[in-house]
Amino acid sequence: MLTLDAVRIEQDGFHLSADFSLAGGTCTAVLGPSGAGKSTLINAIAGFVPVAAGTISWQGRAFQTLPPAARPLSILFQDHNLLPHLTVFQNVALGLKPSLRLNQTEVGRVTAALDRVGLSGLADRKPAQLSGGQISRAGLARVLLRDRPLILLDEPFSALGPALKNDMLDLVGDIAKHSGASVMMITHAPQDACRLCPQTLLVVDGQVAGPQDTNALLADPPPALAAYLG
Amino acid sequence: MAAALVALNLGSLGAVASRAGGTAGLTAADWAAARFTLMQAVVSAVLSVAFAIPVARALSRRRFAGRGALILLMGAPFILPVLVAVIGLLAVFGRSGMVNAGLSWLGLPPFSIYGFHGVVLAHVFFNMPLSVRLLLQGWARIPAEHQRLSAALGFGPVARLRHIEGPMLVRVVPGALAVVFLICLTSFAVALTLGGGPRATTLELAIYQAFRFDFDLGRAALLALLQAGMGIAALLVLARLTLPDLGGTGLDRLAPPPPGGLSRALDAGWISLAALFLLLPLSMVVLRGVPHLTDLPTAVWRALGQSLLVAGLSVTLLAIMVVALTLGGLHRRWPEGVGMASLIASPLVIGTGLFIVIHPVADPAQFALPTTALVNAAMALPFALRAVLPAARRVQADYGRLSGALGLGYGGHLRWVLWPRLRRPAGFALGLGAALSMGDLGVIVLFAQTGGETLPMQVQRLMGAYRTGDAAGAALLLLLVSLSAFAVLERGIGGRDADT
Repeated sequence: MLTLDAVRIEQDGFHLSADFSLAGGTCTAVLGPSGAGKSTLINAIAGFVPVAAGTISWQGRAFQTLPPAARPLSILFQDHNLLPHLTVFQNVALGLKPSLRLNQTEVGRVTAALDRVGLSGLADRKPAQLSGGQISRAGLARVLLRDRPLILLDEPFSALGPALKNDMLDLVGDIAKHSGASVMMITHAPQDACRLCPQTLLVVDGQVAGPQDTNALLADPPPALAAYLG
Repeated sequence: MAAALVALNLGSLGAVASRAGGTAGLTAADWAAARFTLMQAVVSAVLSVAFAIPVARALSRRRFAGRGALILLMGAPFILPVLVAVIGLLAVFGRSGMVNAGLSWLGLPPFSIYGFHGVVLAHVFFNMPLSVRLLLQGWARIPAEHQRLSAALGFGPVARLRHIEGPMLVRVVPGALAVVFLICLTSFAVALTLGGGPRATTLELAIYQAFRFDFDLGRAALLALLQAGMGIAALLVLARLTLPDLGGTGLDRLAPPPPGGLSRALDAGWISLAALFLLLPLSMVVLRGVPHLTDLPTAVWRALGQSLLVAGLSVTLLAIMVVALTLGGLHRRWPEGVGMASLIASPLVIGTGLFIVIHPVADPAQFALPTTALVNAAMALPFALRAVLPAARRVQADYGRLSGALGLGYGGHLRWVLWPRLRRPAGFALGLGAALSMGDLGVIVLFAQTGGETLPMQVQRLMGAYRTGDAAGAALLLLLVSLSAFAVLERGIGGRDADT
């Protein structure tokens, strides 16, 4: 279970307060107007934005002071998830061993992860030779390989077309179900939230509310969300 | 490292200040030198940029075979040894050069390259192409949409200049003028070879003369102070302008077809003129040098050895400085300032300072090579940092979080992220440093004695002794070695494009 207990984030005059818990093995959407603090929330959990007060914990163990890589999570950014000078295989293998000195078993695990996301045969390509969907798949292969209990998605699929995006969301759901991981996903599209996430956190005016049932929320949105959804 | 750089700059100034005065105050000739320095820098900057504007515009909107090569060539004078260019210019504009041959054939009086206009001519030769490259970036940054918009709205040349090109030029031209002005302010080798005499002496040259001919350290120090004062004043005035970048040439984007007719002919004229102005002197160096390349005096080969030593040491020092300031400058701003500080003190000012420091304790001639290498590295540092530091900051912004999320650690981040993304700008920066050091004729002349010459110094000696043939051969050798040094480092360190 992920718990944010009386968390307060302060950045250049911007404040964000969060106090919620997410059960393990659930998928949660993070919805809200632009600039409300969705990315700040995710980046604070991932360790890129300092927390001014409160604790963030996983299964009761606080981790808000740990460096990003030591936290029980994987994150996919909007962009720059792959290093353009490394091959797909190397990019994915970074998730296992930053030294890239892999033994036979580890090579097998990387290959298996690539197979699992449908990238077998493209291991030796550089990211420049991949399509947008394939780049997303490579990022997911690394998430799969890292096998952390929490997956944070900072709109990594926002540049993809609708059909491709649905494929990716299904793949994420699949990976999460098999590994038992929880997913937190920022999104701008209500239909993406419905597709993957039964529950939603609402970020408005520096306050995080929820989680609440996604379908119920979208059926009867509060005024701020209604204005945003249009 | 940073402290060492600051010490090098401020220490030299301090040493200079401590010895200034001595025998006498500044004479009328010294003030004339200061005026000349300022005047030639202003005129060189204005002419370089004025000619660069039509050339850059023509290059930005025309497509023709060899265009890429020509743009590449525009970058060459920056790494060209000054003396090589001077020898080329002499072959075209000199006493028995092509221009005077044409004039006498027409029955007109000969034209002398020596003096104010010769100095300006050489400066335009170096800085017009540099300005073209700076302005080309300005044109490249005009959004293609604006170009298409101007075509869609049927803008004529006047409307295009007023709404599209004018606003861009207003932003880019002051920076280009400032760069050329600063470069010309510390002109030494050009003034040494084409200037001289009471009416065409720059302060740098006056420092050298006070040193070498009068051995009047006090006066040299006083002149050095004056030069440093002018440098600081210029920097303070120009600091407000954003100095443009040197690297990068993203030029080939889809723009509407350029106007035809007269403007097409004019563009062709400007491009040919610029190409001729660049290529003619360079081809003359090659043509005149080749026959002498095989039987160069042994002194030239010894000088080549010295030059390689200096350049090697200089590049090593430069690499250390760049690494230290880049790693320090990822999250802070001040290392950048430290790197730029060497723009304040000119080579001869630093040279004078170091000489004053070394002189009481040891024979300065013994320190000629390390001193030259150090000064060369400090001079190349501002350009090197401008190539590497912004790239490093971009990598940090793009991939810093990824490294953190994956726990690559410091070593992993260096090895897998920073180095692969920075080796190209680093290769360019160090190549630049090697070529600049190889071709530099500056501080070495204060220190070196017979037998300790670098190759550029040897070329100058040969020219002074009117051994034109040997000078041409040695100049060609210098050209080849400088360009190879640049190419070897740029390719060797930069490697192939790692992204594909």
